[in-house]
Amino acid sequence: MLELIVISTLNGVLSGMQLFLMASGLTVIFSMLGVLNLAHASFYMLGAFFGYQISRWFGFWPALLIAPLLAGAIGAGVERFGLRRVHNSGHVAELLFTFGLAFAIEELVQIIWGKSPVDFRVPPSLDFPAFTIFSTNYPVYKMFMLLVSVAIFTALLITLKKTRIGLIVQAALTHPHMVGHLGHNVGRIFMLVFGIGTALAAVAGVIAGPALVTQSNMAGSLGPILFVVVVVGGLGSLPGAFVASLLIGLIQTFAVSMNGSLAGAFGPLGAADEPTWLADIWGVTIAQIAPVIPYALLVLILIFRPMGLLGTRDT
Amino acid sequence: MSSAIELRAVEKRFGNTSVIRNVNLTVAPGERHALIGPNGAGKSTLFNLISGYMKPTAGSILLRDQVISGLPPYQINRRGLSRSFQVTNVFASMSVWENLRCAVLWATGYRYAFWKNIDNLPDVRQRTTRVLENIGLTARRGVPAGLLTYAEQRALEIGITIAGGADVILLDEPTAGMSHAETERAVALIRRLTEDRTLLIVEHDMSVVFGLADRISVLVYGQIIASGSPEEIRGNPKVKEAYLGEEAA
Amino acid sequence: MRETISSTVPLYPAAADKLKFRGLLFAVAIALLILPKLFSSGGSLTTFSLVGISIIFSMSYNMLLGQTGMLSFGHAVYYGIGGFLAIHAINIIGTNKLPIPLPVVPLIGGLTGLLFAVVLGWVSTRRSGTAFAMISLGVAELVASSALILRTFFGGESGISANRTRLFRVFDWSFGPQVQIYYLVAAWMLIAVIAMYALTRTPLGRMCNAVRDNPERVQFVGYDPHVVRYLAFCFSGFFAGIAGALAAICFEIANSAYLGAVQSGTVLFATYIGGVGFFIGPIVGAVFVTLLSLGLSDLTAVWQLYFGLIFIAVVMFAPGGITGLLMMHRPLLEAGTLGRVLPSYFIAFVPTAAMLTGFIVAIEVTVHYAVNSGDDSRIKAFGVSFDAASRYVWAMSAVLLIGGFLVARRTWTRVRHAWDDATGAAREQGIPA
Repeated sequence: MLELIVISTLNGVLSGMQLFLMASGLTVIFSMLGVLNLAHASFYMLGAFFGYQISRWFGFWPALLIAPLLAGAIGAGVERFGLRRVHNSGHVAELLFTFGLAFAIEELVQIIWGKSPVDFRVPPSLDFPAFTIFSTNYPVYKMFMLLVSVAIFTALLITLKKTRIGLIVQAALTHPHMVGHLGHNVGRIFMLVFGIGTALAAVAGVIAGPALVTQSNMAGSLGPILFVVVVVGGLGSLPGAFVASLLIGLIQTFAVSMNGSLAGAFGPLGAADEPTWLADIWGVTIAQIAPVIPYALLVLILIFRPMGLLGTRDT
Repeated sequence: MSSAIELRAVEKRFGNTSVIRNVNLTVAPGERHALIGPNGAGKSTLFNLISGYMKPTAGSILLRDQVISGLPPYQINRRGLSRSFQVTNVFASMSVWENLRCAVLWATGYRYAFWKNIDNLPDVRQRTTRVLENIGLTARRGVPAGLLTYAEQRALEIGITIAGGADVILLDEPTAGMSHAETERAVALIRRLTEDRTLLIVEHDMSVVFGLADRISVLVYGQIIASGSPEEIRGNPKVKEAYLGEEAA
Repeated sequence: MRETISSTVPLYPAAADKLKFRGLLFAVAIALLILPKLFSSGGSLTTFSLVGISIIFSMSYNMLLGQTGMLSFGHAVYYGIGGFLAIHAINIIGTNKLPIPLPVVPLIGGLTGLLFAVVLGWVSTRRSGTAFAMISLGVAELVASSALILRTFFGGESGISANRTRLFRVFDWSFGPQVQIYYLVAAWMLIAVIAMYALTRTPLGRMCNAVRDNPERVQFVGYDPHVVRYLAFCFSGFFAGIAGALAAICFEIANSAYLGAVQSGTVLFATYIGGVGFFIGPIVGAVFVTLLSLGLSDLTAVWQLYFGLIFIAVVMFAPGGITGLLMMHRPLLEAGTLGRVLPSYFIAFVPTAAMLTGFIVAIEVTVHYAVNSGDDSRIKAFGVSFDAASRYVWAMSAVLLIGGFLVARRTWTRVRHAWDDATGAAREQGIPA
C-alpha cells in the first residue's frame, strides 16, 4: 500500500508537471490574446511526432531542441497569418478557427504517420532504472522528464521576472484589458507569445512521446483534460493552472491504480451475474471511472466556484 | 408613497477605494431630478447601484419604499425602474423595430412565451409603434440598430428605456456627444417622454440641467455635497467652489 | 430614400406574405413527395434521409449558436441520447407488442433529448461565451466516457441494435424499405423545420436574438438572460433528440459514436459552413456537408483533411458562411449593380482555381509518399489519374500553387475594388449594403 502511494505520488507529480508545461502556455496565450487555443494539445502532438521523426534522423538530443522550435515556428505562423485575421470577427470565430486547426492537424498527422502508434523509444542513454523503491524500478527517463519540466519553469520564471516581455506578460495576466495599449509592436509580442506557448507544449510532447504512446489521437484525448486544468485552476491564472495541473495529475494516477468498486466494498448485488443498469454502476471500479473524474470535477467547479480555484476573473 | 427613489447611507468600495461614500438621496414621485458633478465623481456608479448592475457595499436603496438593493437588474426593471446607458447599448444586429419590441415584451406580459406568434400581438404592436413615433424613428424602423447614426442610436437608447412603461426613469448622459441642435431635440424628447414619470438624469450640459430639472444634486468625490432647487444650487457657495467655479475659471 | 427601407420591413406581415410562405411550404412538401420518384435507388434514398436528419440536427444547433449566441462543443450528447432511447424504445415496444407505431418513436427521442437538456442545461447556460463552450465540452466528455462504463445501457463499443420492422403497423407500412424511412424522415424534417421557424417568431425567439446581441442590456428590459438561454437550450436538445432518433431508426443501431466529439464537431462544421446568421443557413450547410462528405470520400482518401481546410477557410474568409456569401449580393441585385462585380469574379476564378489545383495535387502527392510509398506511383484523385513520382507533376503543382497565388492576389484586389464600387453605388440608391 505504501509502495502504491509513493509510486503514484511520483507519477502523479510527473504527469502534473507535464500538464502544467502545456497549461502555462495556454494560460498566457489566453490572458494576452483572449483566445482559448483549442489546438494547443495539437502542438503537443506535433512536438511528439516531430521529435520522433527528428530522433530517427539525428538522434534524441537534437530532436529535443529542434522539434519544439519547429512547432513554435508553426505556432507563430498560425498566429500571424490565421488568428490575427480572424480576430476581427470576434471570439467565437477565434475559438472556431483553433477548433478547425486542431481537426486539420490531427488529419495531417494521421496522413503522414498513420493511425497506429509510432515506435518512439526512450534513448538508450536514459534507458535504465534510476533507483528502486520497494520492489519497483523507477526509470531514469521519468526523472529526466521531471528535470526538464523543472528546468523550463525556472527559465520561465526568470524570463517572467527579469525581462521586458516577461513584464508585459505579467501585466497582461493581471490587467487583461490593458493589453491593447501596449503600443505599436503588440502584434510581434502576440506572435512571440503564441510561438513560445506552442513550443512549450511541443517540449512536453517530445519528452512525453517515448514515455507514453505517440499516436494520432493523443491530442484528441489530452486536449479536453487540458481545458479542465485551465478552467479548474481559473482562466488566466498561472498559479491556478499549476495547482490544477498537479491536482488532475495526482487524481488521474491514483484513480487508475485503484480497483475498488461498490461491489467490492459492499459485496455483490443480489443476482450479480445478470447485466443490469445497476450492476454496471455497482461493479464499476475506480480505475474504470478515472477518465470521467476530471470532467466531473470541471462541472462541479463550474457550478460551485465558476472563477476556478485561484482565478480572480469570473469565466 | 413618500419617495420614488431613496438611497440610505449607500457606500460602494472597489478594493480599498471608496467610490460612493455615505450617499443619501431622495427623489420624489413625478420629480425631474438631475445629478451633476465633475468627471469621476461616481455618477455612473451610482446609476449602476440603483439599477442593480452593481451591489452596494453598504446601505440600502428603495424604490417606492421597497428595498431593491441586492436584486438583479431584471427584477428591478420589472418593478418599474428603467435606465439608459452612457455608451449606447442596443441590440446591434436587430432592426429598430425589433429593438423596441424586445423592450416592450415583458411589460405587456408575454414573458418567455414560445407559443404565441409575435406578429399577432396587437398590444405589443401598438405600443411599439407608439414608442417608435415618439422617438421619431418611424422611417428608420427596418434599419439594423448598428447602422443608425449616432443621434439616432441615442434616441433609440432612450426609446428602449421608456418602452417598457417604467415610471421611474434613469438617463445617463442622454445628450453626450450631440450637436447643439440635436441636444435641443433630445431635451424636448426627454421632456415629452417623461411626462408624469419620475426622472433621474446625469448630465454634463448645464443648459440642459437647469432647463429640465426640478431639483439638482451635486456629487463630488462620491459624496453628495448639495441638493436643492436649481436656484439654490446656483447660489450654493460649496457647489460654486467645487464644481461650477471650476468651470467658470 | 427612406421609403425603400421602411417598405422592406412592414409592421406586420401582410396577407400576401403569409400566402407566399404557405405556398413555399406547399412547394417544398410536393418536392419532398416526388423526390423518390426521380431518384429511386437505395443509395440516393439513404443520402436524402441522411441529409434530412442532418438538417434537423444542424437547425437545432443553430438555435444555440446562431439564434442565441452559444457556441457548444457537445451538442451530440442530446442527439446521441435520443438515438439510444429510440433503439431501446423500439426493442421494448417490439418485445411487449405495444400499440405504438414507428413514426412516434422520434418523439420519444426528442423528449429524451429535452429531459437531458432540462437537467444539464441549467448549469450549462449560466454563462455564455467561452465558459459555456468549455462546460459543453466538459459535459460532452463526461457523458461520452460514462457511456463506455454503463455497458448494459449503451452497449459498449459495439452499441445496441434493434429491428424497426417489428412494430405495430399503420397503413401496413413495415418501414423495412428505405423509401418508407425516407418519407418518415421527410415528414419529421418538415414538422421540425416549421416548428423551429415558428419558434423564431415568438417572444422567446426574439429575446434569444436579443440575448445573442447584448445579454447585458436584456437584463434592463426585464429579462433574465440565463432563463432565455436555458429555454433555448431545452428546445435545442429536443430537436437534436429527434434527429438522433431518426438516425438510429435509419441505421437500426445506436453506438457511442453518436454522442462523441466527432459528431459534435460535424454539426458545428455543417452549421457554420452553411451560415449561422440566417434561418436557412444550417439547411444549406447540412445539405452541403452531407453531400460533400459522401462525395469527397469517393474522390479522395483524405477527404477529412479537405473538410477541415474548407472549414478553416470559411472561418477566415467568409464568417457568414455560404448563405452569408450569397446574401451579401442581395443589395447589389436590388440596386442593379451586380454586373459590376461579376466580371472581376470570372477573372479571379481562373488563377484561384489554378492555385487550388496545385495545392490539391501537392497534398495528394504528399499523401501518396506518406501513406503508401511502396505502391504504384500512379494515383487517382478527384477522378484524375496522375503519376505521383513524376518530376513533371511536382513541377506543375508548384507552378500552379505559387504562380496561381501570385496572380490570384492581384485579382482579389480587383474584386475588392469592384465590390466597393458596387456597394457604394447601391448605398447611393439608399439600399443598406
